Amino acid sequence: MDQIGPVVVDGIIYSAWLFIAAVGLTLIYGVMKIVNVTHGSFYALGAYAGASAAGAWLARGYPPMLSYAVLLLAAVLVTLVFAPLIERGLLRFMYAKDEVVILLITYALFLILEDTIKLIWGVDPYFVAQPYALLGSFEIGGLRYPTYNLILVGLALVSGGGLAWILRGTRVGKLLLTVIHDPEMSRAMGVNVGRFYLVTFTFGSMLAAIAGSFTAPTVSVVPGLGVDVIVLSFAVVVIGGLGSVPGAALGAVIVGLARSVSVHYMPQVELFVIYSVMAVVLAFRPRGLFSLVEPRRI
Amino acid sequence: MRELKKLAIGGLIALAPLGAMAQAPVKIGVVMFLSGPAASPFGVPAKNAADFVFDELNAGKGPAPYGKVGFGGSKIETVVIDEAGSTTTQVTEFRNLVQRQNVDLVIGYISSGNCLAIAPVAEELKKFTNLFDCGTPRIFEDASYKYVFRTSPTATMDSVGAALYVKEAKRGIKSIAGLNQNYAWGQDSWNDFEASMKQLVPGIEVKTSQMPKLFAGQYNAEISALLGSGADVVHSSFWDGDLEALILQGSPRGLFDKSLGVLTTGETAMHKLAAQIPDGTVLGARGPFGPYAPDNAYNRWFSKGYEARFKAPPNYASYQMAQAILGTKAAWEKAMAANGGKRPTNEEVGAALERLSFEGPGGVVRMANGKGHQAIMETAYGTTKLVGDKLTVINVQRYPAETVNPPDGVTSTDWIKSGFKK
Amino acid sequence: MKRDRMLFLLGAALAAVIAGGPLLPQWALFILTIAFAQGLVALGLMLLLRAGLVSFGQALYYCIGAYTAGGLGRAFGVSDVFLQMIAGAAMAALVAFVLGFLLAKYRGIFFGLLSLALSMILYGLIVKSEALGSTDGLNVARSTLFGVRPAADWVRYAVAVAAAFAGLGAATLVHLFLKTPLGRLAPAIKDNEIRVEYMGASVRYAIHVQYVIAATLAGVGGALAATTVGHIDPEMAYWTTSGEFIFIAILAGTGSVLAPFLGALLFGAIHGLAYDLSPHTWQMSLGTALLLVIVFLPEGLWSLFVRRRTA
Repeated sequence: MDQIGPVVVDGIIYSAWLFIAAVGLTLIYGVMKIVNVTHGSFYALGAYAGASAAGAWLARGYPPMLSYAVLLLAAVLVTLVFAPLIERGLLRFMYAKDEVVILLITYALFLILEDTIKLIWGVDPYFVAQPYALLGSFEIGGLRYPTYNLILVGLALVSGGGLAWILRGTRVGKLLLTVIHDPEMSRAMGVNVGRFYLVTFTFGSMLAAIAGSFTAPTVSVVPGLGVDVIVLSFAVVVIGGLGSVPGAALGAVIVGLARSVSVHYMPQVELFVIYSVMAVVLAFRPRGLFSLVEPRRI
Repeated sequence: MRELKKLAIGGLIALAPLGAMAQAPVKIGVVMFLSGPAASPFGVPAKNAADFVFDELNAGKGPAPYGKVGFGGSKIETVVIDEAGSTTTQVTEFRNLVQRQNVDLVIGYISSGNCLAIAPVAEELKKFTNLFDCGTPRIFEDASYKYVFRTSPTATMDSVGAALYVKEAKRGIKSIAGLNQNYAWGQDSWNDFEASMKQLVPGIEVKTSQMPKLFAGQYNAEISALLGSGADVVHSSFWDGDLEALILQGSPRGLFDKSLGVLTTGETAMHKLAAQIPDGTVLGARGPFGPYAPDNAYNRWFSKGYEARFKAPPNYASYQMAQAILGTKAAWEKAMAANGGKRPTNEEVGAALERLSFEGPGGVVRMANGKGHQAIMETAYGTTKLVGDKLTVINVQRYPAETVNPPDGVTSTDWIKSGFKK
Repeated sequence: MKRDRMLFLLGAALAAVIAGGPLLPQWALFILTIAFAQGLVALGLMLLLRAGLVSFGQALYYCIGAYTAGGLGRAFGVSDVFLQMIAGAAMAALVAFVLGFLLAKYRGIFFGLLSLALSMILYGLIVKSEALGSTDGLNVARSTLFGVRPAADWVRYAVAVAAAFAGLGAATLVHLFLKTPLGRLAPAIKDNEIRVEYMGASVRYAIHVQYVIAATLAGVGGALAATTVGHIDPEMAYWTTSGEFIFIAILAGTGSVLAPFLGALLFGAIHGLAYDLSPHTWQMSLGTALLLVIVFLPEGLWSLFVRRRTA
């Protein structure tokens, strides 16, 4: 069965992409308890910024190997422009509201950002193919894969590992954990919760933007890019358990492999796979695979 | 003040008969995608074409016999609506166009779902509607209409033409595979292509049919499956972002090295992705448009003028819009000639367009199917070859309209199954 | 007394539609009918919201209602608007009864996302089905009422009146339900389920019942929409459709049973204005308008009509 190799490789590549796209969402939910629909917008912003910046960089004839740094920088910068603006300018005043209302606010913001992107970048597709082809390719099971895909896997490992280390190993991370578990008590103990929210929102959105930016060389960046990512990210995050980074990783792997298997062996069910997996997981583990322990109010 | 008002009203009433003459502008509702993924490959090129053609016509600069100003001497005014949103929204907007904005006629609609929903409403509201782009043959196969027309051929033509071309281009072909988006357009395109190939090459094997979600964007797994299948031909009706992603992800992996790639709507990507599309790929333009357009006066006027104004060549959506406008104009003026120069009613325009034959930048359009409401045209396919940094097509084959469109009254599926009986 | 006031308002609204309808232009009657259809779904959502549950998958039942109505028309030639609504309601209720056993166990965001997953599975099923027209959908037979096809100029009025009957009738029933002990349980459940159980009421049962009611309302709304628009397609089950309903429900607020219909009208108006005035940036206009309403009218529209009684 020489099919196994490609199935696994395809699954891992897709899982890596899913993880980077989704981990910011779970982080933001875990800390701020908000379901952030603008996540998809930041993915799109990162993609557009990365594509146009890298495109401009390469057009000017600068060293192509540095275009990867350009992709990263573009994502970081575009997030730093929009995320603090959104959090400080609007969300900050809304935390007291109902969960659903905040979700709807982020949905309204998503609509606004969609047209903002359209106003800035227009409706034409952007693509910057060179970074994708630059690193050559490798072979598994007789099939050629561009080495670029390993960057996605690498990014996933770095961000996942980095987050885990930050949360458990550093002081800032431990304070973040306290905010996750009980914001009120943390505030009472002197933690600047507001600042943590700002940093989390920015950092989580930045992860989405980086995902978008590094995906840009493999696709054509078009309007509506962010819409699909939202639902996929949600599915992964819910499967793994909202607020759990290892959960997001496991969720990404499950969904990635499930999709890869279905594409190779049962292409007809590909449409449902992700929702069916979500429904099945939720049916047995109502709060996802790794969920945060929440005390019950009596 | 009251005297002035009376004078003004009196004056307007006196002038009204003048307004009733052909000088009142013709208000046309134009609907296409201005946002979302379909905007860039179809909606915006179509809107650009509309802007260009309407401006030229209003200045009386259309090539003969389209030389009259606007429609029959009356200038054209447009009301533009974005086709994005749910079907409910589109039906609401159509009703608004007709009943609140009081347009004289409507030209529009790219999405087959919207076309299917709008057609009965147009009929109910008795408003002449020209569906300029959507591909589903179901519109005139499922029902008959008096007020609804389509001046572009259906998508059946694309699949049948592709099959005919592939059979000649790749001798000894034994297997096919498909990569199409999992929605009506992709499903129909693949079904028609598969059925056609089965008729033309009996015993042909279907290795795999990949149907990823629309706008999935990531096709690594599907490409692996296709590469592993070893099919001789890979058929895809992908468009815009998905098509470009397929090319960007497939070429470096050699997808089109071992298999002959057939991209039925590939023309929309040929300029942007000229360097990425491998030589030898079969490229379709949904008809005799773009690189397959004939060298006639209309094409010269249209493509040169369009490119000069928009700094990019027109694609097939632009061509379809142009011929929709020209066909409607031809019908309008024919109706005017028949009723003594008066402004024609929707019924008269419809009667004039039925079974009409007219010529546009894509060549001859004959309203031969759907009881005279559905256009047929010849189609063309070619193979790509990069010359310098421009993508050109070689080995172009043209297929007459009757070989790629079913006869009037026969559904596409039946026609293909019958072995393309004339 | 407050109860009489609401019934009186509902009756007055119905009378207004019947009397005022002939004076309205056709396109306004169309929008009014769609507002009733969407308002019905939002009414069901409101019921669930009062219990603290947000369903991101009401589109599931909206779509079931629509396809049942359309299917009746195509398969059996049934084009009577009321029969279609009843059939849509019945089908939706049946599915909700079954699914309710699973869903009633979930709360919060998980309830929302599971309902979303189920709705998207239906979407996938329909898209895959070429017999059901996949994403192109199917056209629905022209409406008749009690066996009669109204004259062309009166169709919109007739369907609008039928919609008003259905919508306001449903609102009346919901209003009466909310006066029953079971109906009053919702805010208590939202507050503290364990205490409710302690008091002897079954939370699962209450939620299951309200879920089925919400689904039935959505099914009626879907059938109504199908016959009015004349076309059904799987996008009716897509999550963005659910999103629109949630928006309407939040716009309206949970203040009264009339609110969802007003919310639907307002949403339709904002939507239409956005398309007309800014066809190139309608999403931004829509998003901004909705943001303004959420920020400045947090209790929804109804808070404009109701004076908060300060204790």
